[in-house]
Amino acid sequence: MMYDVIVVGGGPAGLAAACAARRQGAARVLVAERDGELGGILNQCIHSGFGLHYFQEELTGPEYARRFIEKLRESGADVMTDTMVTAVTRDLRVSVLSPRDGVQTLSAGAVVLTMGCRERTRGAIAIPGARPAGVLTAGAAQKYINVEGYAVGRRVIILGSGDIGLIMARRLTLEGARVLACVEAQPQPGGLARNIAQCLRDYDIPLYLSHTITDIRGRRRVEGVTVSRVDAHMRPIPGGEMDFACDTVLLSVGLIPENELTQAAGIPMDERTRGAWVYEDMQTGAPGIFAAGNALHVHDFVDFVTEESTRAGEAAARYAAGERPPDGRQITVCAGDGVAYTVPQRVRPDNVPRAADVFFRVRRPLRDARIQICVAGEAAHTHRRARVAPAEMERVPVPRATLQRAAAIGELTIRVEGEEAHG
Amino acid sequence: MVDVLVIGCGVVGAGIACELARLDASVLVVDGENDVCGQTSKANSAIVHAGYDPQPGSLMARYNVLGNSLMPGLCERLGVGYAANGSLVVAFSAQERDHLQTLLARGGQNGVPGLRILTGDEARGLEPALSPDVRWALYAPTGGIVDPWALTIALAETAVRNGAKIRLDTLVRAIAPQGDCYAVDTSKGQVEAHFVVNAAGVYADAVHAMVAPPTFAIAPVKGEYLLLDKAQGTLVHRTVFQCPTAAGKGVLVAPTVHGNLITGPTAEAVTDREDVSTTARGMASVRALAAKSVPGVDFRATIRSFAGLRANNARAHDFVVGFVPGHPRFLDVAAIQSPGLTSAPAIARDVAGMLQAHGLNAPAKSVWIEEPLPTPFRRLSAQEQHALVARDARYGRVICRCESVTEGEIAAAARRPIPPRSLDGVKRRCGAGMGRCQGGFCGPRVLDILAGELGCDPLEIPQDKADSRQLIGRVGEGAWARDV
Amino acid sequence: MAELICIVCPRGCLLHVDEQSGAVTGQGCARGEAYGAKELRNPTRVVTSTVAVTGAVHRRLPVKTDREVPKALIWDVMRALRGVRVAAPVRCGQVILPNVCGGEASVVATRDMAAQAVPADTAGDGQALIHYL
Repeated sequence: MMYDVIVVGGGPAGLAAACAARRQGAARVLVAERDGELGGILNQCIHSGFGLHYFQEELTGPEYARRFIEKLRESGADVMTDTMVTAVTRDLRVSVLSPRDGVQTLSAGAVVLTMGCRERTRGAIAIPGARPAGVLTAGAAQKYINVEGYAVGRRVIILGSGDIGLIMARRLTLEGARVLACVEAQPQPGGLARNIAQCLRDYDIPLYLSHTITDIRGRRRVEGVTVSRVDAHMRPIPGGEMDFACDTVLLSVGLIPENELTQAAGIPMDERTRGAWVYEDMQTGAPGIFAAGNALHVHDFVDFVTEESTRAGEAAARYAAGERPPDGRQITVCAGDGVAYTVPQRVRPDNVPRAADVFFRVRRPLRDARIQICVAGEAAHTHRRARVAPAEMERVPVPRATLQRAAAIGELTIRVEGEEAHG
Repeated sequence: MVDVLVIGCGVVGAGIACELARLDASVLVVDGENDVCGQTSKANSAIVHAGYDPQPGSLMARYNVLGNSLMPGLCERLGVGYAANGSLVVAFSAQERDHLQTLLARGGQNGVPGLRILTGDEARGLEPALSPDVRWALYAPTGGIVDPWALTIALAETAVRNGAKIRLDTLVRAIAPQGDCYAVDTSKGQVEAHFVVNAAGVYADAVHAMVAPPTFAIAPVKGEYLLLDKAQGTLVHRTVFQCPTAAGKGVLVAPTVHGNLITGPTAEAVTDREDVSTTARGMASVRALAAKSVPGVDFRATIRSFAGLRANNARAHDFVVGFVPGHPRFLDVAAIQSPGLTSAPAIARDVAGMLQAHGLNAPAKSVWIEEPLPTPFRRLSAQEQHALVARDARYGRVICRCESVTEGEIAAAARRPIPPRSLDGVKRRCGAGMGRCQGGFCGPRVLDILAGELGCDPLEIPQDKADSRQLIGRVGEGAWARDV
Repeated sequence: MAELICIVCPRGCLLHVDEQSGAVTGQGCARGEAYGAKELRNPTRVVTSTVAVTGAVHRRLPVKTDREVPKALIWDVMRALRGVRVAAPVRCGQVILPNVCGGEASVVATRDMAAQAVPADTAGDGQALIHYL
């Protein structure tokens, strides 16, 4: 079976990429989704707050997903749900497995990788203590509660202040569980300030910054945890430990792009984002294979996922139609002082119509921040922000003219400076 | 009344039950946990030791070397993951080199084939990830790795297929001699048995004490491990041991048969026989010691930390395998510490023979049923996969995305001779939930599939041990009806 | 002067609101100003939750109030949802509970939910053959 564009994953990224590919003129577009329905993780994000940027209105996760699912339906793309992509190869073959069709190998003119991300687990952060039931990731709890309809615990401690954890603090509270505290090892929250306000403060749930769980107790089910203050290097400071009697520990300690397929295909990765590295049009180092959304780098807002994936879908359709970016010099986008990573990591200036949007995260929270786009050590552009924080992805446009100047030396640097800030 | 009661269904008890099931004798295995391999057999290094470590002449030496030679064939027949990956004991100093010489000599006496001492460079030629500080290494080509869960389950299931009975969630409370048999009081009623085999692991001394004064004392030693993502699984191909030092036995770095990397264990004496907690100190020590042998281990790729207890004997450094003085029908198989997993098949054979020699009059059965564990779906060829999905569409639905485990495999696991009763039971049988997301995505689905197969309420299914429930009720149905 | 984090958008501006005059400073937009003024007088929120759904592929149907409700009523809304049980099929936007708690807001479904006789997860259980490999 031959498709122009095969999109791996039917979450928000895949939906947007597929819609865009159809709009761009790709005739045969396929979305392969492992779950029984489209929408991905949005289906369990029943809270509102999605789409403010993209639709200028506040939608719940399922509502946001539905808009794109309808669009996709209208676009005439093929959808295979209950279908796991088991391999993608650099010669653009996609192996899929489904109950209906068994094992199939499809070929494509271009592939878009939009597998999303997964949560860091207890194992990944090595919380000491016993291993009773009742320790689960915030997203798993969200699925149990919002989709499966199961109650996960009565007295809950949340480790990590990522947005999912904050959202779940409110959700659990509203359903009648007691959320005793949210514990964050960093000196600043991992999630958005608005979620601290409307999920924790609205319900008087204490937030302990610079604290972590240093022991979990319980034979069969969690019976309690010890929470300790940590120093700047995340090391527990003896003395002043707090014990909580609880039956549940929810983890909201970070997300990791899912890239098993990417790595198996031998697509070059960026160790910092844990996704593939990409060009300005979201093409990876493998020609014809594009990546977008949380599989590429973890986003804060689905709106940006949609935008980025739209770009990937359009470029994939063009690639499938035989268009190739103009030959020309490439530049590497370097993460300079204070910047943790950038996406894209490489830019072909001749393939940029007006400006390339560069997404990045800062390393530390700063006040009165100046974001500089530097060519050969000189700031070509400066963007000011009242504050920046690692939890909030930033975006700056780099004009084509600047890119072309940078092409002469082969690189461009994004750096940030400002006043040290906490919280 | 049964001919033989085996107390404990770890790898030792399961192995013994399997050997006894060859005989025309009634065999009952009881275990206090809700699954086989519920304690030490589920949390260990998963190593098939070559046999150079035990003192020549000890039970350990004999069973280890024999067990090592039995393991490949046994695993092949039962479809259990096993690899003869070889092992290295690395030495960082001349003093440690002397230790390698001792091991080499011991190995020779114990009958371990193929041992030789390599220079650091030769060792790094085999394992480029070894530390540049490694100066010598003892290479043992017969060292191996095995899936301890699959081995225990396959042995227990083979026993059951051949007529042995198994009762889980059954704790032994008291044992009373009664004429030519024993009356055994359990949490699930009384059992009468002509012979009793005590394979109760860390509780073996307590079971022994039910019939006779102590001859050994279990002093459990906790070992903490860190299991790493498959991305780290090919960092080394052989098992890398360290020489024991005053600070401890050293930690190993090894691939697992599932393709992960395992590091550990620590060694900490504990008094609580249920204490399998991990500690910040223990995990830090595993990281530091593993990095000493293999500096490139990326511990950010850790997917799970766990701990297990070794059933060490406080009175002697050897296994206890023999009839209890004054009790010619009560056999201890105790203090089966490392290399217990390796030794289990050899111990099982020996124990069956000892029981026969002591009056278990049972001829070998004429029929023997042995069926290998199913091959994981992901390891089948595309044609085989396709054919399987055509027969049962559920093999086409991947539930555990990290390990590519299908609904068909989970449903099949639920219908095996010893069905899983917990999410971890499913994990041990077909791998669902043992990957990098640790069941975060598939847990809810596995729960539903297992509940459907077992015909029970998903809420009744524990995470692992009995009552280790992940869920407390249904949304809107009381569990959370806190009125506010 | 009251300090508030604005919750109308992800920027999360730090607002200062004068308790007497209701004057707001620190906002990044007009919606933030309106939020700051209202949050002190009459704080309101959209409530999102789920209700039981029967005959559908899932067991819970996500819902929300179609407009903000007074913060003090959140718990009443949650209580009102507790016993609600709807039958599939359901359309996104379908009113599940009109004028919840006697107010203007209605609770509406936030997704489509098709009818399905048996939940997919248990379809065919007990009938299909299991083949050992």
